[in-house]
Amino acid sequence: MENLIGLLVLAPLLGAGILLCGGRALDRVGHWLGTLLAAVSFALGAVLFADMLGRDAEDRALDVTVFQWVPVGGFRADVGFHLDQLSMTFVLLITGVGTLIHLYSVGYMEHDERRRRFFGYLNLFLAAMLLLVVADNYLLLYVGWEGVGLASYLLIGFWQHKPSAATAAKKAFLVNRVGDVGLSIAIMLMFTTFGTFAFDPVLGDADRAGEGKLTAIGLMLLLAACGKSAQVPLQSWLGDAMEGPTPVSALIHAATMVTAGVYLITRSGAIFEGAPDAQLAVVTVGAVTLLFGAIVGCAKDDIKKALAGSTMSQIGYMVLAAGLGPIGYVFAIMHLVTHGFFKAGLFLGAGSVMHGMNDEVDMRRYGGLWRYMPVTFVTFGLGYLAIIGFPGLSGFFSKDKIIEAAFAKGGTEGWILGGTALLGAAITAYYMTRVMIMTFFGEKRWAPAPSPDRPSAEPAAEKHGDGTHGAGELPHPHESPKSMTIPMILLAVGSVFAGGLFTLNDTFLKWLEPVTGHEEGDSPVSALTVTGATMAVLVVGVALAWAQYGRKPVPVTPPRGSLLTRAARRDLLQDDFNHIVLVRGGEQLTRGLEAIDRTVVDGAVNGTAVTVGGLSGRMRRLQNGYARSYAVSMFGGAAVLIAATLLMRAV
Amino acid sequence: MNPVSYLYLSALLFTIGGVGVLVRRNAIVVFMCVELMLNACNLAFVTFSRMHGNLDGQIIAFFTMVVAAAEVVVGLAIIVSVYRARHSASVDDASLLKL
Repeated sequence: MENLIGLLVLAPLLGAGILLCGGRALDRVGHWLGTLLAAVSFALGAVLFADMLGRDAEDRALDVTVFQWVPVGGFRADVGFHLDQLSMTFVLLITGVGTLIHLYSVGYMEHDERRRRFFGYLNLFLAAMLLLVVADNYLLLYVGWEGVGLASYLLIGFWQHKPSAATAAKKAFLVNRVGDVGLSIAIMLMFTTFGTFAFDPVLGDADRAGEGKLTAIGLMLLLAACGKSAQVPLQSWLGDAMEGPTPVSALIHAATMVTAGVYLITRSGAIFEGAPDAQLAVVTVGAVTLLFGAIVGCAKDDIKKALAGSTMSQIGYMVLAAGLGPIGYVFAIMHLVTHGFFKAGLFLGAGSVMHGMNDEVDMRRYGGLWRYMPVTFVTFGLGYLAIIGFPGLSGFFSKDKIIEAAFAKGGTEGWILGGTALLGAAITAYYMTRVMIMTFFGEKRWAPAPSPDRPSAEPAAEKHGDGTHGAGELPHPHESPKSMTIPMILLAVGSVFAGGLFTLNDTFLKWLEPVTGHEEGDSPVSALTVTGATMAVLVVGVALAWAQYGRKPVPVTPPRGSLLTRAARRDLLQDDFNHIVLVRGGEQLTRGLEAIDRTVVDGAVNGTAVTVGGLSGRMRRLQNGYARSYAVSMFGGAAVLIAATLLMRAV
Repeated sequence: MNPVSYLYLSALLFTIGGVGVLVRRNAIVVFMCVELMLNACNLAFVTFSRMHGNLDGQIIAFFTMVVAAAEVVVGLAIIVSVYRARHSASVDDASLLKL
């Protein structure tokens, strides 16, 4: 059984290798090969899952050391896998949702001539993410972590001929690097503190290290998580990452990448429990991002960017829950899984809408689409109901639990966190209703196909074969092909039933408890009150959005809006902040350093050279070529020497 | 006769030779002045030898004479060839060895 874990990672890696090195010969079958290998990985995951269910809760974890990676004296870094319930959950989510997204991409990228390469990158993404979650030490996790960063860079910049996509890829990579530095420092700190970075010894001995050390490690891990999971202050890359093809957005937001930070924090729970200050930082980051993403999501007219803001906000919920300690871990992961379903469904739905609408992304140019795309409408609608927490659907159970856990934190902190989470739920209901109404209801506001040089146009538009999508024509919305709708339907089923299934008999809680531990918080408000409040804010949010967008027609040109709206359209000025503080600051710093280099360092070097040069120019005159003058200096020198000798003797 | 007088003579000859080397331009004269200085040294050696009753100084004088003879051979040859090449025996004319 243990050997299957290696194959699990190897299958998509093999796919990436074959597809990227295989050349054009594979153009015709490459996409099916990639999908097949992703499915193989999922099948292996399912086999392992079945095997795991067959054993007792306490000894479900599998450990296997594949080979010694860096054996140096007493130091050992192994390539080893550790598959427990937490990893298993991620493996199933990554391979399951990943396979569906592969299948969807077969249809979505049909007209792209670089489709084989695209599938190679997708497989690489899966392999890196799987390595990240099954690694049994932080160093191997770091390898997967970097692999995810690389794959996301390649995929976000897949349409590299668009400067905006190339820039977005670079931005994502650079912002991620800031987080990666945090992870590498955390690993180094672990090594100096514990002498190893394998999970077992580090997490087992965590309480023996001093609180200061643990706080430092925890904060560095938090920085890493902020980078990968797009949490404030490193969230700015997520919105721009929408430049990638839509399946990539779905993959990044649902199954891979942004979930890595939540995994890291949950996995390192023992460290955070020993460092309350770091935990406080985690919940603060989670709560701030929760509101930040939600507010950004309210103002965006680009359907993908609105969903990106939503992801940021939902990941904020998970980070918040993970920062709460044992009362929140299980719910963080549960929300992660349900979010994986409905967010993937929403993104695939958005991709399907764009596919039918000449790759238009501006929601102000949609409207009334429910009649033309019934399958997309229903699946997107179910995802929408799930994310806003409609009773009975996935999001209702998982989000409700997180809000309860936030209140259960206790004291003023509990009230603040719980209130923030509730407010976030209201805003979620508002912006998702807005997306829903603007896209599927109301009157048609369709516009002629954007010309290819419009920055928002996805270049796949140029390649449509049926010739009906030429620039300047009104779109003919149509339902997407089966390869696209089937994954959407499956994900919609997950969005509807996953939450209920997990909550029934506390299945998910019992499943994860042996790994993450769980304790019931001491909540000042009853669970029923929290649920009631959640429902109340849900109704308020939906009603507000309906009053604003459902009752009166949506203007095609966006109104000027309040100060907050305009700020939110610009990602709450995050980029401006980064530009002024980091870019300008960096420029000033380099300019200052350059000036110092020019005046002080170069000054010293050049000054010495000039002095020596000038001096030697004057000294050169002494060499006049006249033998007699040389003789004079010899005589003079001899005379001085003799005089000095005599003088010394006299003294 | 007091041998010290020879030392005074030697110093006088050496000074004359030194001044000659420094102030004269004609290579032949400079050369002769060098010889004068060498011989002043010889005189001093012999005088000291006499004063201290030790033969070492006299033997050194012979060595000096041999070296001087060799030097004359080489030196005169150089002077003659320089004169043939540049039609001048002035040491200041041969001042090319500079930057």
